[in-house]
Amino acid sequence: MTERQDLDAAPPGMGPERPQGEDALRGDQMVLNMGPSHPSTHGVLRLVVTLDGETVKAVKPYIGYLHRGMEKIAEGMTYTQFIPYTDRMDYLAPLSTNVGYVLAVEKLMEITAPPRARVIRVMCCELARISAHLLWLGTGALDLGAATVFFHTFRERETLYNIIESLTGGRLTTSYPRVGGLCRDMPDGWTRQVRAFVNGFPRVLDELDVLLTGNQIWLKRTQKVGVITAEDAVALGVTGPNLRGSGIAYDVRRTEPYLGYENYEFDVPVGEHGDVYDRYLVRFEEMRQSVRILDQALRNIPAGPINIDDPKVVLPPKDRVLQSMEELIQQFMIVTEGFRPPPGAVYHAIEAPKGELGFYIRSRGDKSPYRLHIRAPSFISLQAIEKMAVGGLVSDLIAIIASLDPVMGEVDR
Amino acid sequence: MAAGPYIEPNPPKDVAEGLRTAFADAGLIVEEFRGEITVVVPRERLVEVARHLRADRDCPFEMLTGCAGLHFLEGEFEHEVVYVLYSLSRNRRLTLLVRLKPGEGVASLTGVWPGANWPEREQYDLVGIRFEGHPDLRRIIMPEDYPDHPLRKDFDVEGGPVSLDGSGKPASPGWRDMEHA
Repeated sequence: MTERQDLDAAPPGMGPERPQGEDALRGDQMVLNMGPSHPSTHGVLRLVVTLDGETVKAVKPYIGYLHRGMEKIAEGMTYTQFIPYTDRMDYLAPLSTNVGYVLAVEKLMEITAPPRARVIRVMCCELARISAHLLWLGTGALDLGAATVFFHTFRERETLYNIIESLTGGRLTTSYPRVGGLCRDMPDGWTRQVRAFVNGFPRVLDELDVLLTGNQIWLKRTQKVGVITAEDAVALGVTGPNLRGSGIAYDVRRTEPYLGYENYEFDVPVGEHGDVYDRYLVRFEEMRQSVRILDQALRNIPAGPINIDDPKVVLPPKDRVLQSMEELIQQFMIVTEGFRPPPGAVYHAIEAPKGELGFYIRSRGDKSPYRLHIRAPSFISLQAIEKMAVGGLVSDLIAIIASLDPVMGEVDR
Repeated sequence: MAAGPYIEPNPPKDVAEGLRTAFADAGLIVEEFRGEITVVVPRERLVEVARHLRADRDCPFEMLTGCAGLHFLEGEFEHEVVYVLYSLSRNRRLTLLVRLKPGEGVASLTGVWPGANWPEREQYDLVGIRFEGHPDLRRIIMPEDYPDHPLRKDFDVEGGPVSLDGSGKPASPGWRDMEHA
């Protein structure tokens, strides 16, 4: 028989020689790995957190778990073929990303979509914004223990997905806009669907408002938590609601209006304190403003074509393809060869739900871009997490991630 | 909750001209395409120009919006680095472009705009551009032990990464090399 260990003896470092009393609580730091698969990280964000007790001493984000090499993929296909990939970037607002991409290509080719297409695109962007913000609100509240909000927001998102499905044929993977216009016109009765949503949604927002805005638990979890000053946010390049929460009214729809945003009346809500609560207020108000924009767009949908008249860029109508040789060749050429924008480089930015979404395209006159760089707002905003979280509690970190609203499909691309 | 004002977008042509006067000896080239102004800056003057733009009294560029790297197989230059700057107070954009010969790195702009950190890491990771003086130049998207820079034009898209350590041996077998048992 082998000798048994004395199980009652303390293991090394745990006996009486160990510091006792208050000293025992000082100095020991713990490294906590959060993610990449953790419900509160909203995807595959991995944070390595150094903790002293419950206080966060350092945060190191690790990203790339959802990297699919989209920028490289773009170099090997035609400009139109890349549109479906943009669905998979910000998968919470694919319509918005689609529009951002085609606008960049259109800028490169000096194309402006017809007025009808522009209004429909505005509606797409705002529906996407509401849908993305609703998800942020629901999951953010769920992270902090307010489960009721989640069910209300997801009921509304279901309505939105039905609207998007009627328009594009897909709920998540929309791929709706095309360079020079849209892939199809609105179906009959679609505006009625949107009108019903626009009329009913403000009341839902009021209900959600009551659930959280004055809620004592919510206030205690979000106020003075994850503060970032305007100077820091600007220096780090943070955009979108995360920047506006710190009091800077930078909104690309205002500063560099695209799609005729200068013709719509809407406010750009800004916060004051740069904390989680102000970012919450900003996003909440943005949903109301999006409803305002949708309402104006619904009143002024111009008649007319949805695509520009350029047979080298836009596919011919299907019925004509089957009857006429010219249109058949045209369709064949666009599908196989695509179109060739002139050589040059453009950067075009839109105000996506997460912030400034920019596409930098370098063309050498080929059918595919020589380089496509995507300036993803979530990627840049995540840099700020260290500034916001260090010095706070580990439970605040959950609130901070939710308030930054990163979407990893866009961070990793 | 105040509403922001509508501001007319304005191409920063005068900014670029002012830059050319301030750095008369640097040989800056100003290009315009689709209403965007790009200033081609010599590699060794980049930080100086960036600091000047950041602190410009008439039109300070408070924000580095993004950074993109390009790789070329032919020609005198191997890399180009593009910086998109934005002036919040004057609502203007300006693009800086730096051309790098083979083997050359470029000074990091993290000292001017802290937000250059991740974008520069990304371009180092994907394109293989060295940013000198960067505080934390690690891979950010690809795994830490990944041997290649996938956005380089010589990256083998179909066969996986090939040797970079000079041994001539592929770092990992491509699908074409794999034997089917």
